[in-house]
Amino acid sequence: MRLLDKKERIGSFSEVALGYNDEEALNEASRCLQCANPQCVKGCPVEVRIPEFIASILNGDVENAYKIIRFSSALPAVCGRVCPQEKQCESKCIRGYKGEAIAIGALERYVADYALKNKLTSLKAKTKNGKKVAIIGSGPSGLTCAGELAKEGYEVTVYEALHKAGGVLVYGIPEFRLPKKIVEQEINALKALGVEFVLNAPIGKCMTIEDLKREYDAIYIASGAGLPKFMGIENENANGVFSANEVLTRINLMGSFKEDANTPIYLGDNIVVVGGGNVACDAARSLRRFGKKVTLMYRRTKAELPAREAEVEHLLEEGIELLELTNPVKVLVDEDFNVVGLEVKKMELTEKDESGRRGVREIEGSNSNFDCDMVVMALGTSPNPLSTIESSVKKDNKGLIIVEGTKTSDDKVFAGGDAVTGAATVILAMEAGKKAAREIVENDI
Amino acid sequence: MYKILKNELIGENIFELDVYAPLVVNKCLPGQFVIVMAYETSERIPLTIYDYDKSTGILKMIYQVVGASTKELVDLDDEIYSVVGPLGNPSELVMNIDEWKEKKVIFVAGGVGIAPVYPQIKYLKEHNVKVDCIYGVKNEKYLILEEKMKNICDNFYIATDDGSKGYHGLVTDCLKSLDKHYDKCVAIGPVVMMKYVSMLTKDLNIPTIVSMNPIMVDGTGMCGACRLIVDGNVKFACVDGPEFDGHKVDFDAAIKRMNIYKTFEGRKYLERCEGSMHHGNCGNCGDK
Repeated sequence: MRLLDKKERIGSFSEVALGYNDEEALNEASRCLQCANPQCVKGCPVEVRIPEFIASILNGDVENAYKIIRFSSALPAVCGRVCPQEKQCESKCIRGYKGEAIAIGALERYVADYALKNKLTSLKAKTKNGKKVAIIGSGPSGLTCAGELAKEGYEVTVYEALHKAGGVLVYGIPEFRLPKKIVEQEINALKALGVEFVLNAPIGKCMTIEDLKREYDAIYIASGAGLPKFMGIENENANGVFSANEVLTRINLMGSFKEDANTPIYLGDNIVVVGGGNVACDAARSLRRFGKKVTLMYRRTKAELPAREAEVEHLLEEGIELLELTNPVKVLVDEDFNVVGLEVKKMELTEKDESGRRGVREIEGSNSNFDCDMVVMALGTSPNPLSTIESSVKKDNKGLIIVEGTKTSDDKVFAGGDAVTGAATVILAMEAGKKAAREIVENDI
Repeated sequence: MYKILKNELIGENIFELDVYAPLVVNKCLPGQFVIVMAYETSERIPLTIYDYDKSTGILKMIYQVVGASTKELVDLDDEIYSVVGPLGNPSELVMNIDEWKEKKVIFVAGGVGIAPVYPQIKYLKEHNVKVDCIYGVKNEKYLILEEKMKNICDNFYIATDDGSKGYHGLVTDCLKSLDKHYDKCVAIGPVVMMKYVSMLTKDLNIPTIVSMNPIMVDGTGMCGACRLIVDGNVKFACVDGPEFDGHKVDFDAAIKRMNIYKTFEGRKYLERCEGSMHHGNCGNCGDK
């Protein structure tokens, strides 16, 4: 896929991946072998009928391709951009065994963008069935569930704690990876379907689940995993140490990179981002756009980076240094408690564990100091406990909501997405939202 | 958008902002706070709740103008973009009101710290708890809510730095001079004040609650900007607090965190970042 020129990316939050034009899409679609037993579909968490939509592109019927994708996926323009396709559909593509897999994500995005541009995104709802559902959280899981239920004739209200709807799609994933206009269009499509959004409404604080139960027939908790983890190392509270969440929220949600925004962003000249996931890459690349020197410090090696492949490539292109096999053990500070560096240890890989991932251990006596004036911790997130305050919904010892399917311990309450699984992907959260909608319908709620 | 019913000067650079926000007011209890945004492009800043009326849905806040974000509030006329809450946990005293019926409580408020103190004392008085309050300000121009406080406190003491009204000196000296028995102390104000009050009450053996108010973004535990060290553990003021045991808060770490004000970048950052919480008399920021 064509990309925004490397030089143009610094100082700009414009989207990096430029997408296919018609010709490129046709060329790529023509490479699809139209397997009789398509493995790619099995690699997709929501089982998009991939060969079928690709065939429609080839037939010049992009509208039909959109209908096919939309049947399985509520947010194709988002998934086409942020799904880790190389680990999902594309990893199973027969073409990939000898050469390049079909760029399924890029084709999905092409179709979804065509639909947005030509306003094909409107959905039709069945006649209202008189039932009301409240959804907690307006991230991918909540939006998907809202869309599915609204289509079935439910009256749906989505409660969002922040002042903008979209959850992680607006506060977390940066503009250069997922333009906010796209999220807005998806949300507008839901509004057109009759879904109501209540912003500035942190459930658990302004209302409890028990309050909602009095007004609604069912509740779906899709509150995500929003709490940042820290390492617990010495001086981690020093000035200049931030969570990736804070950095990303200031930049994405509050628009710190825009001229007219009042929310400041603290910037060092020599920044270290600790971690290796998508959030770490997003934070590093966002900060790099302010023209600062940025290093991504990761305790394993490039091969183990959990981030989406394309993001790692773009990150390296943008001049961010990857420091492998390195882990902070202490934040170094000056007398005013400002960050002046990190004491780090070298790491080494060990055998693969049960999950097939290489383990890692510290090398004794390998301590050294790494100069920096800002540190961003991107070590994962845990579920936000707010929404279940004063409710009987059962959680495990990690704070994850316990479900059977999507049913919680409370008959009227369903849950899914990161609040149930811990930090995962947009597509899995969407899948849970869809499943919850189905279970709400099936249970005749 | 939220309808503004009042946005008026009530003291030196101090304003009262009343808005119609039934979703905040319905569940609101003393000790909680809100986060507001003047416009869509504004920062999210924490404000203290000074009063609320469940029958009308009206929420009353008090803020002191300290920087760009609070200045933006002053210019608001009819509407404010966003008001979210009630955030944080309600006051420990309010939640365990029955335990305090026969006890005596002293509140120590510094500056606009009087605003969150008011609804707490009001609530305690409604439940027949004996409450005294020391209210410290730089000089009498900064006094707000004076009459209201007099009416709800058993004893209300004013302390001014310059002696322009009431006790001439610091709230800690004023508290010492009272030489009275108290079962609990609640201190709300600048961090340095809360630190010294807590040191004093430790000597005096009075269990003490402080209300911490560091910089926040979302106020729901997401950003981690408001982290503090309490009893050796990292806590988030927004979801674990804002109240903490004053004898367990690492004030020096909190004050050091405020040293961000001292660096050039930090000053630039905070010029636009401070909430109404920062009133320039913390002794660390170099203001005033």
